[in-house]
Amino acid sequence: MVNVANPNILLDVQNLGIRLNTSRGPAQAVREVSFSLRRGETLGLVGESGCGKSITALALMGLLPDSAVVSGSIKLEGRELVGLPDADYCEIRGNRISMIFQEPMTALNPMHTIGRQIAEPLRRHKGFSAAAARKEAIALLDRVGLPDAGRRVDAYPHQFSGGQRQRVTIAIALACQPDLLIADEPTTALDVTIQGQILDLIADLVAERGMAMILISHDLGVIAENVQKMMVMYGGTVVESGATDAVFSRMGHPYTQGLFRARPRLGARKGTRLKTIAGTVPELADLPTGCPFADRCPLVESRCRAAFPAMVRVGGDHLVRCVRTDVSMANLPEVLGA
Amino acid sequence: MSTPDTAISMLALAQRPATGFWRRALRHRSFVVGGALVLLVLFAALLSLVWTPWSAYDIDIAAKLKPPSSAHWLGTDVFGRDIVSLLLVGARATIAVGVIAVGIGLSFGVALGLLAAARKGWTEELIMRMSDFTFAFPAVLSAIMLAAAVGPGMVTSITAIGIFQIPTFVRVTRASANAIWSREFVLAARASGKGAFRITTEHVLPNILSVLVVQATIGFALAILAEAALSYLGLGTQPPQPSWGRMLNEAQTLLFQAPSLAVYPGVAIAVAVLGLNLLGDGLRDLLDPRLARER
Repeated sequence: MVNVANPNILLDVQNLGIRLNTSRGPAQAVREVSFSLRRGETLGLVGESGCGKSITALALMGLLPDSAVVSGSIKLEGRELVGLPDADYCEIRGNRISMIFQEPMTALNPMHTIGRQIAEPLRRHKGFSAAAARKEAIALLDRVGLPDAGRRVDAYPHQFSGGQRQRVTIAIALACQPDLLIADEPTTALDVTIQGQILDLIADLVAERGMAMILISHDLGVIAENVQKMMVMYGGTVVESGATDAVFSRMGHPYTQGLFRARPRLGARKGTRLKTIAGTVPELADLPTGCPFADRCPLVESRCRAAFPAMVRVGGDHLVRCVRTDVSMANLPEVLGA
Repeated sequence: MSTPDTAISMLALAQRPATGFWRRALRHRSFVVGGALVLLVLFAALLSLVWTPWSAYDIDIAAKLKPPSSAHWLGTDVFGRDIVSLLLVGARATIAVGVIAVGIGLSFGVALGLLAAARKGWTEELIMRMSDFTFAFPAVLSAIMLAAAVGPGMVTSITAIGIFQIPTFVRVTRASANAIWSREFVLAARASGKGAFRITTEHVLPNILSVLVVQATIGFALAILAEAALSYLGLGTQPPQPSWGRMLNEAQTLLFQAPSLAVYPGVAIAVAVLGLNLLGDGLRDLLDPRLARER
């Protein structure tokens, strides 16, 4: 079951589509998402709420609701995960692919000690004895920077602060030495001062263990500093993808440019208003046939609405889902200077 | 009052891992009081197996409705039976009804409720509609139907009360289990590779235990009262077997001649129910690590 085409590719996602049954009817939450990830590579997913980032992550974990219809293909080292029975998926989750969640205050079970919660996946996936799992749990807590790990291992989640709890959830995710770590907004719920520490910790661990990572965030700054490749998502699809440096230096999609303009900056003149993107995110239940960003795009013309645009290569691995890259990229100096 | 020192020691207290269940339990006031009351009722039932001041079954019409005396500590009832002996023997029926009926309701109800929450879909729909159906029949009505089928008696009334309790437990369990299933730590547990069964036993059940303990104590109280009602209709404990419910109902016709006859079993029921409620409260606190502080 080794991918003959390229043995280095850990995760290969092709044409992923997810249809959810919502109370407002079926919604195409994700369409035409394709990417691949090698061992040790880091990928950022950026976009605003409801753009499909978290749904994509849950699809990789096989944790979508039963009513969701997944199309396309997700291959982990050549093994197809779409349509895999849940029992087989349980062997992969927490073992080959792990996930860190957004809200450390609720991601831990309040009734069990943290030691037990870290030991759990080790005992389940790796067959550790209780004593060995406990020892490993203490070592992991120590590694994620929890002071006094040997004593704190028997404490309950409510006895920790938010940052400490996120360290604990990281320890749980790393327990089985997964090949792929998915971090879904791991610092959104934390203090700004703690955010940096947690991101540095995750980056160190990813480098140390040679894992691949998918970092989900709505914060362009977090993405810029922590990943090698990035994908910008909008309306359930990838509108721009490429190496992080390339995307930031030559952003081609009007939406990416809008996101970039909307971020606050140090040194901006006092009283300067942030530039917002006009309009609102389209409802996933009734996406337009053409480009999902058409209604908010300053460069829109009739062919944008006529058909769903294809990805256009603007250099190297840098792809943009826009038919007007010639115009948008001509505007770049203005965007980057703004 | 709140000097820095006490603040620090309180912090230390809150930080201390929850250990020594019994040590904490013995300092928990309502757990201790409730436990004592429940033990009292249990002791009465056990004592009645080996000793009662008088026989609870011997009728002595000449000595009927006697006031408390050195011979009959709480007096006698309308048939001249000793009240103390009746209360002691009656405790057995009360405990049997409560424990078995709640046991039936709890085991079936929790199992079905957890299944409904874990499986969702048509399984959940089927279980919930079935409990609606059962719920629509009052306990007394189902007891009458059951008695018509298999004859009246304690077993019939216990079974009927137990079945009547199942839908309550199903609903309480499903509702609280659904709330736990939607919590992020369950998603995290699924992300770490756990199946529905392990999530149910390791994450859902411990987190709804406090709700179930409280519901069980309420159910116990309801079972005692339902048994009293069924005995009144002649469907529960059959004469001459005494139960607190039957004593209460026999006293009802003599409320104006001998009001104390209603007071004794009434107090006994109140003590049992109060004891269980306090015990349930205490258990809820002691089982929850977040509330595991001494008071």
